Amino acid sequence: MVPMEYYLILSTFMMFVGIYGFFTRKNILAILISVELILNSVDINFAVFNRFLFPDKLEGHFFALFAIGVSAAETAVAIAIIINIYRNIRNIQIKNINEMKG
Amino acid sequence: MDYISIFTTMGQEISLIIAFILVFIIDLFLPEDKKHHLGTISSILLAISIIINIMPCQGELFGGMYTTSPLANALKTILSAGTLIIFLQSTDWLSKGETAQRRGEFYVLTFSTLIGLFYMISAGNFLMLFIGMELATIPVACLVAFDKYKGHSAEAGAKFILSALFSSGLMLYGISMLYGSTGTLYFNDIPSLLVASPLEILSLVFFFSGLAFKLSLVPFHLWTADTYQGAPTSVTAYLSVISKGAAAFALMTILMKVFAPMVEQWSLMISIVIVVTITVANLFAILQSNLKRFMAFSSISQAGYIMLAVLAGSEQGATSLVYYILVYIAANLAVFGVINAVEQHAQGKVEREDYNGFYSTNPKLAMVMTLALFSLAGIPPFAGFFSKFFVFAAAFKSGFSVIVFIALVNTIISLYYYLLIVKAMFITPSDAPIATFKNSVPMRISLLTCVAGIILLGIVSSVYMWLDGMAL
Repeated sequence: MVPMEYYLILSTFMMFVGIYGFFTRKNILAILISVELILNSVDINFAVFNRFLFPDKLEGHFFALFAIGVSAAETAVAIAIIINIYRNIRNIQIKNINEMKG
Repeated sequence: MDYISIFTTMGQEISLIIAFILVFIIDLFLPEDKKHHLGTISSILLAISIIINIMPCQGELFGGMYTTSPLANALKTILSAGTLIIFLQSTDWLSKGETAQRRGEFYVLTFSTLIGLFYMISAGNFLMLFIGMELATIPVACLVAFDKYKGHSAEAGAKFILSALFSSGLMLYGISMLYGSTGTLYFNDIPSLLVASPLEILSLVFFFSGLAFKLSLVPFHLWTADTYQGAPTSVTAYLSVISKGAAAFALMTILMKVFAPMVEQWSLMISIVIVVTITVANLFAILQSNLKRFMAFSSISQAGYIMLAVLAGSEQGATSLVYYILVYIAANLAVFGVINAVEQHAQGKVEREDYNGFYSTNPKLAMVMTLALFSLAGIPPFAGFFSKFFVFAAAFKSGFSVIVFIALVNTIISLYYYLLIVKAMFITPSDAPIATFKNSVPMRISLLTCVAGIILLGIVSSVYMWLDGMAL
């Protein structure tokens, strides 16, 4: 069986790739994908901890399921807002979304 | 399971869910020319929900997933009352232009965020906290982007939803590590399993930064100013008081209940965050000329003061936190009410220069704004002074005298920028001041309520005693 550490390394890697992408990407959709990486790394964490450390209960699996559902809802709203931005300024590059500064 | 006890313990949420469904159905079937009654219907439903749930209740449901206490119930009543004031203030905005067709959505979404905030306040499990928080966040993002044809609104919505997603990702990562080290998600079971190991400290930091995004504490405040500026004014008011108050209470209960064994770690962390938050927010607030942006930085610094009550970590701290939120709702909603009224009647003017000579044309509104700003700055005898005093007293009693001193110095700095607006309204002359206008009846009621709150909440000491008598 694959040891637990391997899964945790994968999830940590995904988490920080997501954070790096969140700060460096220039397109809102790419930022959204980066955030999804963060949320999915959390799901892996929950499933792995539950499976390896506390196999007699199902709390972690349920949390992962709920997190997947909620993040899907959030992504739907985010994409709706991005479409709205596109309708307003015909562009979804970060450098064009800077009307407000201060 | 005893079904009656669900209704008595979870009354606030259930009555709100019923109101939510009713408004949704009425919105579907009401003919277009009668849609303007929706505001009245929603306000009445919310008022009924406040009245039937005013009695304190206590208990646990669903095996500890949901817990409530008299103090949490009082906070829920206060937040409902604040939302009612926002409903009254938003009627003018919602009756104009293309938002008029979609006004039902505004009420439905606001009800749903309020339900989320209530579940967040009464969470007894991290899963419940997370779902409550998302139930509160997702509709707020829709509300921020409500002005569909204004570029600002969509931009603010995108900034809000992306930072909200990012922050909930961080928070979940922290929770997952906490789950990995303790094996449970129930607030009641975790404290006995915590040993302050490095993994748990890391989970505390991640969890805190996730909630700090919602509270917009420095250094997690970068979305705040843009979102507050771009969102419709009623939604900004909602974001700055209602959702902030609920997040602060949730953070306090979790730090006091769940992370109680790690009090040394989190009190140091929060002390640093408070000092940085109040100072940075004050310095940036001085620089702002847009009033909504200015109120964003003001609300960041107020969040720092609220965190002082969390830092105290005592029963007195909990009471002073709820009292602070109550007073803050009255003062901040008065300011936003005036900003909203001016924006509606003077073609979207929100710059500070626009308010020059405001007193000569609209003396009553200028007085309301002045009282509210004095209360926010903490000048006696207004309620803001007492709320700040109780928060400082709670933190001082717990031994954080240095932090309290720094916060006090910052109160004096904040006086400067609050008075800048007062100066603009009363002293600075203007060639073209905002023309005299008459407010609608709902707006007048809401402003009167706020002013009564600002003046009476501090002087009538029984309000604080009423909160003080409640258990956390």
